[in-house]
Amino acid sequence: MAGAAPYSDERAREIIAAHMGLEGPALPILHALQAEFGFVPDSAVREMANALNISRAEMHGVVTFYHDFHTSPHGRHTLKICRAESCQSMGAEKQANEFLARHKLDWGQTTPDGSLTVEPVYCLGLCAHSPSALYDNEPIGLVDAETLDELVEEAKGK
Amino acid sequence: MTKIYIPLDMAAVAMGADRLAAAVAKEAAARGLTIEIVRNGSRGMLWLEPLIEVETPAGRVGYGPAKAKDVASLFEAGFLTGGAHPLNIGVVDEHPWMKRQNRFTFVRCGIIDPLSVAEYEAHGGFVGLKRAFELGAPAVIEEVTKSGLRGRGGAGFPTGIKWKTVADAPADRRYVVVNADEGDSGTFADRMIMEGDPLSLIEGMIICGYAIKGSKGYVYLRSEYPVVAKVFQAAIEKAREAGWLGDNIKGSGFDFDVELRIGAGAYVCGEETSLLESLEGKRGIVRAKPPLPAHVGLFGKPTVVNNVLSMATIPMILEKGAKHYADLGVGRSRGTMPLQIAGNVKYGGLFETDFGIPLGAIVNDIAGGTRSGRPVKAVQVGGPLGAYVPVSLFDLPFDYEAFAAKDSLIGHGGLVVFDDTVDMLWMARFGMEFCAIESCGKCTPCRIGSTRGVETIDKISKGQDVEKNIELLKDLCHTMKFGSLCALGGFAPYPVESALRHFPEDFRKPALEAAE
Repeated sequence: MAGAAPYSDERAREIIAAHMGLEGPALPILHALQAEFGFVPDSAVREMANALNISRAEMHGVVTFYHDFHTSPHGRHTLKICRAESCQSMGAEKQANEFLARHKLDWGQTTPDGSLTVEPVYCLGLCAHSPSALYDNEPIGLVDAETLDELVEEAKGK
Repeated sequence: MTKIYIPLDMAAVAMGADRLAAAVAKEAAARGLTIEIVRNGSRGMLWLEPLIEVETPAGRVGYGPAKAKDVASLFEAGFLTGGAHPLNIGVVDEHPWMKRQNRFTFVRCGIIDPLSVAEYEAHGGFVGLKRAFELGAPAVIEEVTKSGLRGRGGAGFPTGIKWKTVADAPADRRYVVVNADEGDSGTFADRMIMEGDPLSLIEGMIICGYAIKGSKGYVYLRSEYPVVAKVFQAAIEKAREAGWLGDNIKGSGFDFDVELRIGAGAYVCGEETSLLESLEGKRGIVRAKPPLPAHVGLFGKPTVVNNVLSMATIPMILEKGAKHYADLGVGRSRGTMPLQIAGNVKYGGLFETDFGIPLGAIVNDIAGGTRSGRPVKAVQVGGPLGAYVPVSLFDLPFDYEAFAAKDSLIGHGGLVVFDDTVDMLWMARFGMEFCAIESCGKCTPCRIGSTRGVETIDKISKGQDVEKNIELLKDLCHTMKFGSLCALGGFAPYPVESALRHFPEDFRKPALEAAE
């Protein structure tokens, strides 16, 4: 997962400036900031509000509306487990609950060593291979308990 | 040199297609064989992914599902010349699952290299656009209207009428927006076309832009589809390099460009007005209609918002003519529908067929029944906001109006099959919970009603005042249906009400136990 760079206002301003030629640049900027720093720090929100000439409250409202953006650091890796209907038809809910219990995690939480954040996702479009998951950007079909546990181990290593 | 096809489709990748492609390349090199690996889209037979195809004089022979560990034995068996092997499924075009289809929108998907403009053109690509340029803008809109094409995103609004409204709206600037925020569970057709035949979507957008006198197109893609983003961005660049995007497209005097935008994990942004707000860089909150986006859309300008499938179907309609398309289907549901078969099924995948096929035929014949081998209990048609349809309604033809008459919807054409172990009270609860998580918050019935819905269902599941709470739940559903601005709050009652209507026993379990 990208996003290890330490935050600096100067770098944030560069990223913002690079997108100012776009129509409606807020989402592309937020994606770029998160890709760079791993999250969207409050200072970056302030820089964006300045650049876009809107209030900080308004900018904060945009950042917090979307599930993808987070305002504090997440784990180095992200595991998204699908909870949508198709995956549920193949027992995803039970599998996910058992997985979370095994690792003493709840949805949205990060392992104590900071290696992995587990998030729910509502459909990955892999519905003919339910249940499914997404590890960073790697899609996984017919995911089982063993694979999920392996991913926790893999995340620890890197 | 032998040509081998291994899909880059996200579902194929999720089943190991990248590792398979690497293994095939390595094994061929070790054996001193020269091969060409084409990363194509998926043919739609997803239970066979990753499906390797080998070009032979007899046609493209398929092997699937193939894992990296099968590669050595495939070479041993002489798969490069279509040799016998347990994974050999024969010539893919002759496969019964393929032969039963009427591929129109998906005619090139899985066949061509999605990132080759030359192959796209060799398979009829840009013929529709060239014809559009000859016809002139008003005649293009006329052609789309006559085809009877209705928006494939779910609402089913006639595409030609939408285009005409935008074309007729006075403005200095007009936009084409493609809704690729395919968030419904059980749907993946948009994803597949954007991975397997992205240029068809780009061509459809150019035709639309030309017809409505627009100059800029945006594709709003959900962030859950990282593979699509990569492929589609590359397709835009290829199209631009080949002169199909940019200024004065192929000497037509028409300027048009396409930009890909990535959403940020908000289901409600699949609703067209939320999508526009999100594209503008705001919270994805629903707008009240009117004004329609066709009049006041992106950045306040007249905007066509079409689903991926609708837009990707346009080039073929222009190529084949409106009548060809209008002659397919039933009633007011014209043309074909790419069905997405998912959930607990043996043969999951994408199956494109004319409207009118009975639901039971899809589930039992095409999908082969459940993967678990247990009896089917319900099929959710049309995504998380679609109704649960019981087996007793399996003669229902796949048709917008027929489904509406049974308080159901066909939505984006997704079907999720459940076996008899499913608890419909739980699924109803999940429907409400999903609505609560994803509500944009603008309308009280959706924002608060969905949370109250979860609470009420929890009471029912505990056996508290069951009949009274069921009445309350029905009342909540009614309020949400008629008091919400968009389909999220307005349609979330469909799964709940259908579960109550068709599977009442699942809501009265504690009461029954108490009576025993």
